Amino acid sequence: MSEAVVTLHFSVDGEDFTSAGQASVQVKKSLRQLGISPEIIRKVSIAMYEGEINMVIHAGGGEADVLIYEDHIEIRLDDHGPGIANIEMAMQEGWSTAPDNIRSLGFGAGMGLPNMKRYTDEMKINSVLGEGTHIVMKVNL
Amino acid sequence: MKIRQIQELLDAEIVCGDDHLDREVYSACGSDMMSDVLAYVKDQAVLLTGLVNTQVVRTAEMMDMVCIVFVRSKVPTQEMLDLAKENDMVLLKTKKRMYEACGKLYAGGLVGNKTAK
Repeated sequence: MSEAVVTLHFSVDGEDFTSAGQASVQVKKSLRQLGISPEIIRKVSIAMYEGEINMVIHAGGGEADVLIYEDHIEIRLDDHGPGIANIEMAMQEGWSTAPDNIRSLGFGAGMGLPNMKRYTDEMKINSVLGEGTHIVMKVNL
Repeated sequence: MKIRQIQELLDAEIVCGDDHLDREVYSACGSDMMSDVLAYVKDQAVLLTGLVNTQVVRTAEMMDMVCIVFVRSKVPTQEMLDLAKENDMVLLKTKKRMYEACGKLYAGGLVGNKTAK
Protein backbone atom coordinates (compact mmCIF):
# COMPACT_ATOMS: atom_id res chain seq x y z
CA MET A 1 0.00 0.00 0.00
CA SER A 2 1.27 3.49 -0.81
CA GLU A 3 2.34 5.77 2.01
CA ALA A 4 0.01 8.33 3.53
CA VAL A 5 0.35 11.76 1.95
CA VAL A 6 -0.62 13.59 5.13
CA THR A 7 -0.88 12.31 8.69
CA LEU A 8 -2.53 14.07 11.60
CA HIS A 9 -2.29 13.05 15.23
CA PHE A 10 -4.45 14.14 18.17
CA SER A 11 -4.73 13.40 21.87
CA VAL A 12 -8.35 13.38 22.98
CA ASP A 13 -8.81 14.77 26.50
CA GLY A 14 -11.11 12.49 28.44
CA GLU A 15 -11.79 14.92 31.27
CA ASP A 16 -13.57 17.64 29.41
CA PHE A 17 -16.81 17.02 27.55
CA THR A 18 -17.00 20.70 26.54
CA SER A 19 -13.85 20.50 24.46
CA ALA A 20 -14.74 17.13 22.86
CA GLY A 21 -14.79 17.53 19.11
CA GLN A 22 -11.75 19.80 18.87
CA ALA A 23 -9.74 17.17 16.98
CA SER A 24 -12.59 16.77 14.50
CA VAL A 25 -12.71 20.52 13.99
CA GLN A 26 -8.98 20.49 13.20
CA VAL A 27 -9.40 17.59 10.79
CA LYS A 28 -12.20 19.42 9.06
CA LYS A 29 -9.99 22.49 8.61
CA SER A 30 -7.03 20.47 7.35
CA LEU A 31 -9.14 18.56 4.81
CA ARG A 32 -10.62 21.83 3.58
CA GLN A 33 -7.10 23.22 3.04
CA LEU A 34 -6.23 20.12 1.05
CA GLY A 35 -9.14 20.80 -1.29
CA ILE A 36 -11.11 17.63 -0.40
CA SER A 37 -14.80 17.76 -1.44
CA PRO A 38 -17.32 19.01 1.16
CA GLU A 39 -19.25 15.73 1.11
CA ILE A 40 -16.15 13.69 1.98
CA ILE A 41 -15.12 16.22 4.62
CA ARG A 42 -18.53 15.91 6.23
CA LYS A 43 -18.36 12.09 6.30
CA VAL A 44 -14.88 12.06 7.82
CA SER A 45 -15.56 14.77 10.38
CA ILE A 46 -18.89 13.31 11.58
CA ALA A 47 -17.39 9.80 11.93
CA MET A 48 -14.42 11.22 13.79
CA TYR A 49 -16.59 13.47 15.98
CA GLU A 50 -18.77 10.54 17.09
CA GLY A 51 -15.59 8.57 17.80
CA GLU A 52 -14.14 11.40 19.81
CA ILE A 53 -17.34 11.79 21.83
CA ASN A 54 -17.32 8.02 22.49
CA MET A 55 -13.75 8.16 23.76
CA VAL A 56 -14.65 10.99 26.14
CA ILE A 57 -17.87 9.36 27.39
CA HIS A 58 -16.64 5.78 27.76
CA ALA A 59 -12.87 5.61 27.81
CA GLY A 60 -11.44 8.68 29.53
CA GLY A 61 -9.97 9.91 26.26
CA GLY A 62 -7.51 8.39 23.83
CA GLU A 63 -5.53 8.92 20.66
CA ALA A 64 -6.79 9.74 17.19
CA ASP A 65 -4.86 9.55 13.93
CA VAL A 66 -6.03 10.59 10.50
CA LEU A 67 -4.06 9.35 7.52
CA ILE A 68 -4.75 10.77 4.11
CA TYR A 69 -3.81 8.56 1.16
CA GLU A 70 -4.13 9.14 -2.59
CA ASP A 71 -7.43 7.24 -2.78
CA HIS A 72 -8.82 7.12 0.76
CA ILE A 73 -8.76 8.63 4.24
CA GLU A 74 -8.16 6.43 7.26
CA ILE A 75 -9.24 7.33 10.79
CA ARG A 76 -7.66 5.40 13.67
CA LEU A 77 -9.03 5.71 17.19
CA ASP A 78 -7.28 4.07 20.12
CA ASP A 79 -8.29 4.13 23.76
CA HIS A 80 -7.45 2.29 26.96
CA GLY A 81 -11.00 2.28 28.27
CA PRO A 82 -13.08 -0.64 29.55
CA GLY A 83 -13.63 -2.15 26.09
CA ILE A 84 -16.93 -3.10 24.43
CA ALA A 85 -18.49 -6.28 25.85
CA ASN A 86 -20.76 -6.99 22.90
CA ILE A 87 -19.81 -5.26 19.66
CA GLU A 88 -22.83 -6.65 17.80
CA MET A 89 -25.18 -5.09 20.35
CA ALA A 90 -23.19 -1.83 20.41
CA MET A 91 -23.60 -1.53 16.63
CA GLN A 92 -27.40 -1.53 16.96
CA GLU A 93 -29.06 1.86 16.78
CA GLY A 94 -30.47 2.87 20.14
CA TRP A 95 -28.31 0.55 22.25
CA SER A 96 -26.14 2.46 24.72
CA THR A 97 -24.38 2.14 28.05
CA ALA A 98 -23.91 5.90 28.44
CA PRO A 99 -24.91 7.36 31.84
CA ASP A 100 -27.89 9.72 32.21
CA ASN A 101 -25.76 12.85 32.61
CA ILE A 102 -24.39 12.25 29.10
CA ARG A 103 -27.92 11.80 27.73
CA SER A 104 -28.91 15.14 29.18
CA LEU A 105 -26.08 16.66 27.11
CA GLY A 106 -27.58 15.31 23.89
CA PHE A 107 -25.49 12.19 23.43
CA GLY A 108 -25.68 8.56 24.51
CA ALA A 109 -28.65 7.76 22.26
CA GLY A 110 -26.92 4.67 20.94
CA MET A 111 -26.24 6.25 17.57
CA GLY A 112 -22.49 6.82 17.83
CA LEU A 113 -21.08 3.57 16.42
CA PRO A 114 -23.93 3.16 13.86
CA ASN A 115 -23.28 6.72 12.67
CA MET A 116 -19.56 5.98 12.32
CA LYS A 117 -20.43 2.97 10.17
CA ARG A 118 -23.02 4.96 8.19
CA TYR A 119 -20.54 7.63 7.10
CA THR A 120 -17.55 5.43 6.33
CA ASP A 121 -16.89 2.85 3.61
CA GLU A 122 -15.16 0.43 5.95
CA MET A 123 -15.06 0.09 9.72
CA LYS A 124 -13.24 -2.40 11.92
CA ILE A 125 -13.55 -2.60 15.71
CA ASN A 126 -11.09 -4.46 17.84
CA SER A 127 -11.96 -4.37 21.52
CA VAL A 128 -10.58 -6.23 24.52
CA LEU A 129 -12.41 -5.99 27.86
CA GLY A 130 -10.30 -4.17 30.42
CA GLU A 131 -7.71 -3.15 27.84
CA GLY A 132 -9.31 -0.83 25.33
CA THR A 133 -10.83 -0.34 21.93
CA HIS A 134 -9.20 0.22 18.55
CA ILE A 135 -11.26 1.39 15.62
CA VAL A 136 -10.14 1.84 12.03
CA MET A 137 -12.46 3.57 9.56
CA LYS A 138 -11.90 4.26 5.88
CA VAL A 139 -13.56 6.76 3.60
CA ASN A 140 -12.86 6.37 -0.10
CA LEU A 141 -11.94 9.47 -2.07
CA MET B 1 -36.42 29.78 2.80
CA LYS B 2 -34.18 32.62 3.94
CA ILE B 3 -33.01 32.76 7.56
CA ARG B 4 -34.75 36.14 7.76
CA GLN B 5 -38.10 34.42 7.12
CA ILE B 6 -37.37 31.87 9.85
CA GLN B 7 -36.75 34.72 12.25
CA GLU B 8 -40.05 36.36 11.27
CA LEU B 9 -42.12 33.16 11.38
CA LEU B 10 -40.81 32.28 14.83
CA ASP B 11 -40.84 35.84 16.10
CA ALA B 12 -37.25 35.10 17.07
CA GLU B 13 -34.51 37.25 18.48
CA ILE B 14 -31.16 37.30 16.66
CA VAL B 15 -28.43 36.26 19.08
CA CYS B 16 -25.64 36.51 16.52
CA GLY B 17 -24.98 36.42 12.80
CA ASP B 18 -27.21 39.26 11.58
CA ASP B 19 -24.92 39.60 8.52
CA HIS B 20 -26.11 36.22 7.25
CA LEU B 21 -29.89 36.59 7.40
CA ASP B 22 -30.24 36.39 3.63
CA ARG B 23 -28.73 32.93 3.40
CA GLU B 24 -31.01 30.19 2.09
CA VAL B 25 -31.83 27.07 4.06
CA TYR B 26 -33.34 24.01 2.41
CA SER B 27 -34.20 21.74 5.30
CA ALA B 28 -34.59 21.62 9.06
CA CYS B 29 -34.07 19.24 11.92
CA GLY B 30 -35.68 19.51 15.35
CA SER B 31 -34.02 17.47 18.10
CA ASP B 32 -32.39 17.55 21.51
CA MET B 33 -30.40 14.39 20.69
CA MET B 34 -27.29 15.41 18.80
CA SER B 35 -26.54 11.88 17.58
CA ASP B 36 -29.94 11.83 15.89
CA VAL B 37 -29.04 15.09 14.19
CA LEU B 38 -25.72 13.58 13.09
CA ALA B 39 -27.50 10.57 11.59
CA TYR B 40 -29.16 12.51 8.83
CA VAL B 41 -27.12 14.77 6.61
CA LYS B 42 -29.13 17.47 4.93
CA ASP B 43 -27.97 20.32 2.82
CA GLN B 44 -27.84 23.81 4.28
CA ALA B 45 -30.05 23.00 7.18
CA VAL B 46 -31.31 24.76 10.27
CA LEU B 47 -31.25 23.03 13.66
CA LEU B 48 -34.05 23.61 16.16
CA THR B 49 -33.18 22.54 19.70
CA GLY B 50 -33.89 23.11 23.36
CA LEU B 51 -30.46 21.87 24.34
CA VAL B 52 -27.79 24.36 25.42
CA ASN B 53 -24.15 23.28 25.44
CA THR B 54 -21.13 23.74 23.19
CA GLN B 55 -21.65 20.35 21.53
CA VAL B 56 -24.82 21.71 19.93
CA VAL B 57 -22.77 24.23 17.95
CA ARG B 58 -20.06 21.62 17.24
CA THR B 59 -22.69 19.23 15.91
CA ALA B 60 -24.07 21.95 13.64
CA GLU B 61 -20.52 22.76 12.55
CA MET B 62 -19.83 19.13 11.61
CA MET B 63 -23.05 19.07 9.60
CA ASP B 64 -22.28 22.38 7.84
CA MET B 65 -25.51 23.80 9.26
CA VAL B 66 -26.01 27.52 8.82
CA CYS B 67 -28.47 28.39 11.59
CA ILE B 68 -29.49 27.17 15.05
CA VAL B 69 -32.81 28.13 16.64
CA PHE B 70 -33.06 27.76 20.41
CA VAL B 71 -36.65 27.08 21.43
CA ARG B 72 -38.35 27.87 24.76
CA SER B 73 -36.19 31.00 25.16
CA LYS B 74 -33.06 28.99 25.89
CA VAL B 75 -30.02 31.26 26.01
CA PRO B 76 -26.74 30.08 24.44
CA THR B 77 -23.54 30.59 26.44
CA GLN B 78 -20.74 32.99 25.45
CA GLU B 79 -18.59 30.02 24.42
CA MET B 80 -21.35 28.85 22.05
CA LEU B 81 -21.63 32.35 20.64
CA ASP B 82 -17.90 32.50 19.96
CA LEU B 83 -17.98 29.10 18.24
CA ALA B 84 -20.97 30.12 16.13
CA LYS B 85 -19.33 33.39 15.08
CA GLU B 86 -16.17 31.53 14.09
CA ASN B 87 -18.27 29.42 11.77
CA ASP B 88 -20.47 32.21 10.34
CA MET B 89 -23.55 30.65 11.88
CA VAL B 90 -26.74 32.47 12.78
CA LEU B 91 -28.11 31.84 16.27
CA LEU B 92 -31.75 32.66 16.94
CA LYS B 93 -33.89 32.25 20.04
CA THR B 94 -37.64 32.01 20.17
CA LYS B 95 -40.23 31.78 22.95
CA LYS B 96 -42.07 29.11 20.99
CA ARG B 97 -41.86 25.47 21.98
CA MET B 98 -40.26 22.89 19.73
CA TYR B 99 -43.53 21.50 18.34
CA GLU B 100 -44.93 24.87 17.42
CA ALA B 101 -41.63 26.19 16.04
CA CYS B 102 -41.19 23.17 13.75
CA GLY B 103 -44.84 23.37 12.72
CA LYS B 104 -44.57 27.05 11.79
CA LEU B 105 -41.52 26.44 9.59
CA TYR B 106 -43.06 23.40 7.93
CA ALA B 107 -46.31 25.23 7.26
CA GLY B 108 -44.26 28.17 6.01
CA GLY B 109 -42.80 25.99 3.26
CA LEU B 110 -39.59 24.60 4.75
CA VAL B 111 -40.34 20.95 4.01
CA GLY B 112 -37.11 19.84 2.31
CA ASN B 113 -35.78 16.60 3.64
CA LYS B 114 -33.03 15.78 1.22
CA THR B 115 -30.54 13.21 2.52
CA ALA B 116 -27.17 13.56 0.89
CA LYS B 117 -25.52 10.28 1.82
